[in-house]
Amino acid sequence: MREAALEAKIIDRTILLAVPAACLVLMLFLYPFLYGLVLSFSERAGVGLGNYVKFFSTPFLSQTIATTLWISLPATLVNLALALPVAFVTRRHRFQRVLTTILVLPIALGTVLIAEGLLIYLGPQGWLNRFLLFAHLSASPVHLTHNYWGVFLSLVISGFPFIYLLLLSYLTGIDPALPQAAATLGASPARQFLHIYLPLLVPGLVIAFCLSFVQAFSVFPSAVLLGAPAGPTRVISIAAYQAAFEDYDYPMASAIAMIMAGVQLLVVALVMGARTIFYRGPTGGAKG
Amino acid sequence: MNLRSRSSVAPVEPAAEGGGNKSVAAGKHQTFQELRLRGVSRNFGGTVALTGLDLAIQSGEFIALLGPSGCGKSTALNCLAGLLPLSDGSIWLDQQRIDQLRPERRGFGMVFQNYALFPHLTVRRNVGFGLVMRGVSRKEIRRRVDAALELVQLAEQAHKLPGRLSGGQQQRVAIARAIVIEPPVILMDEPLSNLDAKLRLEMRAEIKRIHRNLGRTTIYVTHDQDEALSLADRIVVLNEGRTLQIGSPEEVYTKPANLQVARFMGYRNILELDVEKVEERRAWLAAPGIRLEGVVQEHLTSQRAVVAIRPDDIVVSPAGISSSEADPRNVLVGQAEIVEYCGRDYQVDISTEAGLLLHARTARRVVPGERLRLEVPTERVLVFASR
Repeated sequence: MREAALEAKIIDRTILLAVPAACLVLMLFLYPFLYGLVLSFSERAGVGLGNYVKFFSTPFLSQTIATTLWISLPATLVNLALALPVAFVTRRHRFQRVLTTILVLPIALGTVLIAEGLLIYLGPQGWLNRFLLFAHLSASPVHLTHNYWGVFLSLVISGFPFIYLLLLSYLTGIDPALPQAAATLGASPARQFLHIYLPLLVPGLVIAFCLSFVQAFSVFPSAVLLGAPAGPTRVISIAAYQAAFEDYDYPMASAIAMIMAGVQLLVVALVMGARTIFYRGPTGGAKG
Repeated sequence: MNLRSRSSVAPVEPAAEGGGNKSVAAGKHQTFQELRLRGVSRNFGGTVALTGLDLAIQSGEFIALLGPSGCGKSTALNCLAGLLPLSDGSIWLDQQRIDQLRPERRGFGMVFQNYALFPHLTVRRNVGFGLVMRGVSRKEIRRRVDAALELVQLAEQAHKLPGRLSGGQQQRVAIARAIVIEPPVILMDEPLSNLDAKLRLEMRAEIKRIHRNLGRTTIYVTHDQDEALSLADRIVVLNEGRTLQIGSPEEVYTKPANLQVARFMGYRNILELDVEKVEERRAWLAAPGIRLEGVVQEHLTSQRAVVAIRPDDIVVSPAGISSSEADPRNVLVGQAEIVEYCGRDYQVDISTEAGLLLHARTARRVVPGERLRLEVPTERVLVFASR
């Protein structure tokens, strides 16, 4: 008995408790992925790269990559640009928790509700256009729905909370003595930001970018509800949906899903690669 | 060791190299005579952290702010650095009022308790940071950073990131970073508190050496009385935001202004007694089993008074058989209870027949249970008013 107890300390058996969860993750994630991967290579006549060839040789399909990037990249970058100053200002604000709650609400709403709200607010008969016409700020209604801008705005609204929360936690993780030290050495607030906060925030910015970009790249509901799904906002997930549920061509849909994953991975890999140029260590002001 | 480094790290031409970032330091630091704090106070919400600190610091002085944690010493330092706005009072550098200036415009060098080294910059760039901010030329930065690293004996570590240095090395980088900008005043916030005992002694000597070489006005915050006594020209004792005493180390050590300072300076034997007689500076006091003659430190207001005696002021000898002493004043007989060996001497807790517990230090070997005769010289019995 005693020996068994000692052994348990060397190889912690409690780790075995994680096995069911690990199996579940494997079943729910790895199996569908591998199934889709295999499926994407099947053609009407045997096995091959036919689906991929078809995707890249049909402009109607291959264009969706550019369309999706054209929406998701700017939306992610705008979100970063918005969230960084907001997080910076609220990081030590007295009402930070209230502010955080308000800013984070969009997460709880879900994309469909956001889309519906935007349709009502920004539509041709929406409050915004009524106000613009009433105040003679615009002669005709401004078109912000059922086009690129509708999807863009919806992505910004739904993506902001994630980036904001991530950056907030990174910012509050930076030892406040560091900017103070910089100040005593003669750095103005702007230079404290440039020389201290920004370099230490790079890992946070990269992670926030990656998570937000992957989310934005797989946009579907708002592209359909708020966009022009036949034209300017025909994103890659719409192409996959149509292949699967309108043409009932599951292998093609799987191939599109694989291409989607590939593009996401490529962008993430590029950004992560660029990150290695910067400092990646702890931000707590060296060891104490 | 470069004892002549004063010349190599020394005077900057005012506002050198035309950086746009002019600070108080740039032009005047060599010429300032006096740094004055007038009624400096700071409240946090409703609580008073520091109140009415008055202090005039001469150029080149080493001042220690001493007190237990929460006494307001770090608050005072942060107010001086410009990291905390004052609630009341003012700070003057000669004729210039500086308490409204932002930290980057005061140009005081500061060494933080956790060093606050920039983790993403090498040692060299950490030390050079203040010079870059001042727009000093690259060549000049290189020369001065080299000199500063030489001074703290870290020239070989220049290319490393702070995370790869030991605590003592990090501490020296922090000092180099603060002195390289040649500030009029250097502020140090418990810089040794994160180091182990041996390193603390070494760094203490290092700080003393740097102060002697550069002659910079230094304000040093600590809760350690030994540090304050060994480093400072003058000590400011604080408690609960109030100034208890300002004086030279000798004054604070041998003539604490009040009971609180006495307790803090290691007067461990605190006894409340009846006053029998007061004559000028002398007081005669008594309680069952004890009669003492001491020196009055403050006006005695009642028939009760408190005496404070340092353990090392008690002279310990074996209790002789002859208990027929004419006047057993300032003499007690007791039994050693707890004996702690401290290397050079023994720390002994003694209980007397009247049930008093006294702490004494003695170089003579004492065994528990031994009967001892304790004697205190009159001038080392400090008498304070009872409250």
